[in-house]
Amino acid sequence: MTTAPPRRAAPASAAAAPPRAARRARRRGRPVALFLAPFLLLFAALYLAPIGYTVYQSLYRMHRSGLGLSAPTQAFVGLANYATALGDADFRGSLLRVLLIGVVQVPLMLLLALGLALLLDARSTLFKRFFRLAFFLPYALPGVVGAIMWSYLVAPGLSPITAAAHHLGLHLDLTSNALLGPTIGNMLTWGWTGYNMLIIYSALQAIPAELSEAATMDGCSAFGIAWRIKVPMVRPALVLTTVFSIIGTAQLYNEPAILHNVAPNLSSTYTPIYAAYDAVDANNFNAAATESVILALLAFVLSFGFLKIVQRRGAAL
Amino acid sequence: MNTPANTRPGLSRWVVLGVLLLASVYFLAPVWWLLVSSTKTNADLFTGNGFWFGHFALVDNLRQVFTQQGGIYWQWLANSALYAVGGAAVSTAIAAMAGYALAKYPFRGREFTFNTVLAAVLVPQPLLAVPLYLMFSQVHLVNTYWAVLLPSMVSPFGVYLARIYAGSSVPDELIEAGRLDGAGEFRIFATIALRVMSPALVTIFLFQFVAIWTNYLLPVLMLANDHLQPVTVGIVGWQSQRGIGPTAVPFNIVITAAMVSALPLVVLFLSLQRFWRSGLVAGSTK
Repeated sequence: MTTAPPRRAAPASAAAAPPRAARRARRRGRPVALFLAPFLLLFAALYLAPIGYTVYQSLYRMHRSGLGLSAPTQAFVGLANYATALGDADFRGSLLRVLLIGVVQVPLMLLLALGLALLLDARSTLFKRFFRLAFFLPYALPGVVGAIMWSYLVAPGLSPITAAAHHLGLHLDLTSNALLGPTIGNMLTWGWTGYNMLIIYSALQAIPAELSEAATMDGCSAFGIAWRIKVPMVRPALVLTTVFSIIGTAQLYNEPAILHNVAPNLSSTYTPIYAAYDAVDANNFNAAATESVILALLAFVLSFGFLKIVQRRGAAL
Repeated sequence: MNTPANTRPGLSRWVVLGVLLLASVYFLAPVWWLLVSSTKTNADLFTGNGFWFGHFALVDNLRQVFTQQGGIYWQWLANSALYAVGGAAVSTAIAAMAGYALAKYPFRGREFTFNTVLAAVLVPQPLLAVPLYLMFSQVHLVNTYWAVLLPSMVSPFGVYLARIYAGSSVPDELIEAGRLDGAGEFRIFATIALRVMSPALVTIFLFQFVAIWTNYLLPVLMLANDHLQPVTVGIVGWQSQRGIGPTAVPFNIVITAAMVSALPLVVLFLSLQRFWRSGLVAGSTK
């Protein structure tokens, strides 16, 4: 994760403060505590405690006596829940599924976002404001509304896409098992490309114009400028959007859950979060906790691993 | 904007325009479909061109949305407003104090605290939902307003933004001047710092408002009682009650209800563009 403090946040005033001011500041320890207390209390209760509680729950299992007459007891089972979860073909399938969706959808979406941002940034492009708003509009809709809308746009009998294909003599069912993955990938791409584009676009706009002008003087084409100057300079924005997208894919829930209403063939263990929620529904909290921990670890390893790879590559360049 | 000398006229410009138009069709067509469909009768949804109007029944659809299940849609909108306004207001106030303290008071453990908060920005929210549900069910908070309100009050991203903004825009001289005038630390914060930080506070409020309004997994886990649910959970509930029987909800109601629930956010985004762009930019410099 981000260990270095952000560049802009460097508190020059504090670092450069004369010793007298520092001493006086230390005497003001009380107000700091009062200012921080509400946030830290809630943060501990609603962020740190749940994480700790999940890990704890994942190491225990409820034991019920044969007749269920006495209260169930909690017993420490070590990593047995993890073995059960990873031994569960449905859960393994859900992990593989989000991995596959992530590997295909995230690069496609970010390439699209980068391409659109570069086109919007090009000097001769017309109607920039309109296009920027058009691409961003999906992000302004609640995810659930987008998912409901798309579920109807692909639902057999209601879908204008299926109807159009039918007119062309094609039989197309976007909710069939084979096409569920692409359908969900499309829902994600539609919803998040504009958000990512805007982050990249903002970074592009921070590049000084003289740089492109100098390159143009040297006879560099618009494409050359984009590829050789602009893309390398928006690397931090690309890294950030990739990390956010990896984390976003790991928490895939709304889209499959809502698509399930029009595609009953979509199983309730389609994604890991969906599977964990299903376990909560079945009152199997220990399994839900275990699956949550596995998913959190996976998301952490992937996003952190990506950062490491990028950093190593960056150092080599 | 264009300097004629640098603009190569003709083909490339039209190609760019064509590509951008194609992309905007991809992003706008589904929204257009939603708008058009919200004006159709249930029967019309299954016939004719999905992207063009049929029998204009928007008013009737709206009436049905707001009378379905005893007019509960009003309650859902009110609940969403309560969660989003209440949660965002409290989290913004708390984040402002924490961010200000992290930016303006040197103390031991400051960087560690800040880095922990920063790491929390990367924790996927749905992963917290399940353990929170387990914890809340033990203290009997499940199925209460607090089950959704309490988690909405914490915004690590807000603290991050508040710290950056306070660090760069609240001058130490101003704080020092306040102290010389004999003002207490909290008074300085409330009367001077908050005013200077107000653009950042609007941004934090806006982002948190949107996050809460669009949240689905947390409230659907926490709230089994229809009357406590926000509009997102309510609509999905209706969507799943398809088919036949006395509780069936026709498609046209779900579509119109979905369209109506998106309106507040679209209006908010369009009217406060300045603020959400600055929020995104702050994110991209991380």
